[in-house]
Amino acid sequence: MSEQKKTTIVLFSGDYDKVMAAYIIANGAAAYDHEVTIFHTFWGLNALRKDENVMVKKGFMEKMFGKMMPRGADKMGLSKMNFAGFGPKMIKDVMKKHNAMSLPNLIEMAQEQDIKLVACTMTMDLLGLQQAELLDNIEYAGVAAYLADAQDGNVNLFI
Amino acid sequence: MNADKFLDAKGLACPMPIVKTRKSMKELESGQVLEIHTTDKGAVNDLTAWAASGGHEMLQHLEENDVLKFWIKKA
Repeated sequence: MSEQKKTTIVLFSGDYDKVMAAYIIANGAAAYDHEVTIFHTFWGLNALRKDENVMVKKGFMEKMFGKMMPRGADKMGLSKMNFAGFGPKMIKDVMKKHNAMSLPNLIEMAQEQDIKLVACTMTMDLLGLQQAELLDNIEYAGVAAYLADAQDGNVNLFI
Repeated sequence: MNADKFLDAKGLACPMPIVKTRKSMKELESGQVLEIHTTDKGAVNDLTAWAASGGHEMLQHLEENDVLKFWIKKA
């Protein structure tokens, strides 16, 4: 077979629905035997957060950011019809009924399929997120590493 | 039709049928046939496109009592 194809996704959003779309496409691409990279920046970084409180030294602003952002993918809101947190509850219920995989499961599946999960270090600094707060077995990089993957990629998305 | 391996993907939603199909296909040798059952309506287009992309041959697909059945021969 020809050389392995590549899919790269920039995950900028931190909404449950948008992150879910990104991870479904990523898992699908991995099933297509693509080499898949998801580059998490800004609000997308919250998808990589551990759901427990990790004790790390932070300044006041960083602490505030940490408190106000969702701790992990499962705590994200919806981009539409969030209804102060009631929306996600409804959609998770519907997803269960239709046997759709939950977002945490999709992320786990992505790791099982060797999808490269990358955290943007510059925005980690801005939002005050530290490596100890993010999932294990992810990579840390900047725009150049992302472009290196994307420039000879076949599918490239910004979500 | 005879199959070398059977994958029951009934009730699973996108993208799981494709993810599981790829996993099962990896366990087969070239020329062997995988039989897949699914209830995901997108599977006809999904599996056909997936098989073509990997060079596999879609031998047959049919619908029986809302279950979609596929036979794919590994390239």
